Amino acid sequence: MSNAEHDHATRRDFIYYATAGAGAVITGAAVWPLVNQMNPSADVLALASIRVDVSAVDPGMQLTVLWQGKPVFIRHRTGAEIADAQAQDADAASFIDGLSRNENLDATADASDANRVMPSPEGEAEGAWMVQMGVCTHLGCVPLGDGAGDFGGWFCPCHGSHYDLAGRIRKGPAPENLPVPPAAWVDATTIELG
Amino acid sequence: MGGIPHDHYEPKTGAEKWLESRLPILGLLYGTLMIPTPKNLNWMWIWGIVLAFTLALQIATGVVLVMHYTPHVDMAFASVEHIMRDVNGGHMIRYFHMNGASLFFVAVYAHMFRGLYYGSYKAPREITWIIGMLIFLMMMGTGFLGYVLPWGQMSFHGTAVITGLFGAIPFIGESIQTWLLGASAVGQPALNRFFSLHYLLPFVIAALVIVHIWAFHTTGNNNPTGVEVRRGSKEEAEKDTLPFWPYFVIKDLFALAVILAVFVAIVGFMPNFLGHPDNYIEANALVTPAHIVPEWYFLPFYAILRAFDNTVWVVIFADWISFGIIDAKFFGVLAMFGAIAVMALVPWLDTSSVRSGRYRPMFKWWFAILCVDFIVLMWAGAMPAEGIYPIIALIGATYWFAYFLVILPLLGVIEKPTTPPATIEDDFNAHYGSKAASDSSAASPAE
Repeated sequence: MSNAEHDHATRRDFIYYATAGAGAVITGAAVWPLVNQMNPSADVLALASIRVDVSAVDPGMQLTVLWQGKPVFIRHRTGAEIADAQAQDADAASFIDGLSRNENLDATADASDANRVMPSPEGEAEGAWMVQMGVCTHLGCVPLGDGAGDFGGWFCPCHGSHYDLAGRIRKGPAPENLPVPPAAWVDATTIELG
Repeated sequence: MGGIPHDHYEPKTGAEKWLESRLPILGLLYGTLMIPTPKNLNWMWIWGIVLAFTLALQIATGVVLVMHYTPHVDMAFASVEHIMRDVNGGHMIRYFHMNGASLFFVAVYAHMFRGLYYGSYKAPREITWIIGMLIFLMMMGTGFLGYVLPWGQMSFHGTAVITGLFGAIPFIGESIQTWLLGASAVGQPALNRFFSLHYLLPFVIAALVIVHIWAFHTTGNNNPTGVEVRRGSKEEAEKDTLPFWPYFVIKDLFALAVILAVFVAIVGFMPNFLGHPDNYIEANALVTPAHIVPEWYFLPFYAILRAFDNTVWVVIFADWISFGIIDAKFFGVLAMFGAIAVMALVPWLDTSSVRSGRYRPMFKWWFAILCVDFIVLMWAGAMPAEGIYPIIALIGATYWFAYFLVILPLLGVIEKPTTPPATIEDDFNAHYGSKAASDSSAASPAE
């Protein structure tokens, strides 16, 4: 747009660029609400935490609850399961994901069984309660529980991801361990998620 | 239209002249309908009209289905059953729409492989090919979005898997997935917006179809010999071509009637043959179906997605070289979209100077293997992700990429093609005899 006779910018050049620039900004500002409306709405974001009564969950049982639209596995592990999961800590070198993925802990905590489980309420063996998202970290299917898969924990039927008894990914396409959501004991038999 | 010399529209009546001088729409329609078309086209040139018909069928049945459907998580499944049981003729309308998607993909795959064999993607038809690939992507998007709407088990968990593909993108994936779903999980916001987009995309496809037709009407149709129509004079061009109307329209309509006979038989007698029984179970976030598979038309690409797990050396290598940014999950997603991308780039990957596969002795075999590979991938994609199947899928995926990235570029260099006929007229006469023009039983422009 610059004038061939002059090698410096003219008034007109300035007006062209200013107009184009303003037009681009205004277009962006007008399009943004159309994009942003697709982000989670206020009611979706206002996710209350939920309380789960686990008094009826005996050792060896698993409760699946829906939290934030996703299933959460609450497993009351038996003594044998705890021992098995802890024994598998020895294979830490072969873990696909070496991090705990536990929102209650530091992000750098390792994936040992102790870092994956909930602290037990008084009078129960350490590692008795395993609370984790029931969403495969591969593409979001709900894994099958109750000893499914090669490692006795969970198995995702969609694309064949095997998780062990501590919800750690051991084999298959999933990249991460099953995430542990924020969870805490409200009293001896009630867990609060979120 | 186009560079092929032909008669132009001349308005005759007063009304035609009045309209044509204000809006030249009659000339446009005439030019489109009377376009000179190579007279040696074979039966693989019928899929265009099948596709155009299917798009119209899907839009027509879709618009009426919307009159009875409710895009709400609590009512969607019930409203589909309402269509099936209560709405007058609703079950047939839905079955036509449901199986129409399958007809669409049967036709588009035949259309695409036709193009791949006869070199229809080669210069000067690259734009036609690229627009076609965009239509194919839009079709896959529309097909997926539509499958979500009945809100069955496959709808729900299929959505989780497919939107999970976007979640695999490093760093920003999770935000994109949340943005697509409007929540952290599949639910009401997702269903509502998928409904909106499922209604929108077919009209975008319709617009792209017009551009697709515009593009190949500019370059002229390809044909089984890949030899261009002579354009020196109108007389010369007329020896190679016939007008689209009535010669090809009638032929295409006959083919369409045959295909529709099969289609209607499927809709009437086995409407759920291509579907999954699990989708007649209402969506349940707590239980994933034991064996989750997409619709048959996605299976080849789904197999490629699953083929690359973290035991494959290229995946391990990519993970290492990218410092873990490209993990197995993202690699699978890249492979799946890459499988379509290499197809889109085929005009620039095929180095052969001969257009049609008919005159390429080595290409023929590799192409035949590609067709088999596509079927094998489709089969492997339907199988569980255990045992021998991931290995078969991996071999199939490897051949798919090798065909486009290695075999096609090399064949152009090492292959010695045979000589195509000099003109389309020669090819036509070789098939129908040079006396065709004087033989009253053969098709000829003189009739």
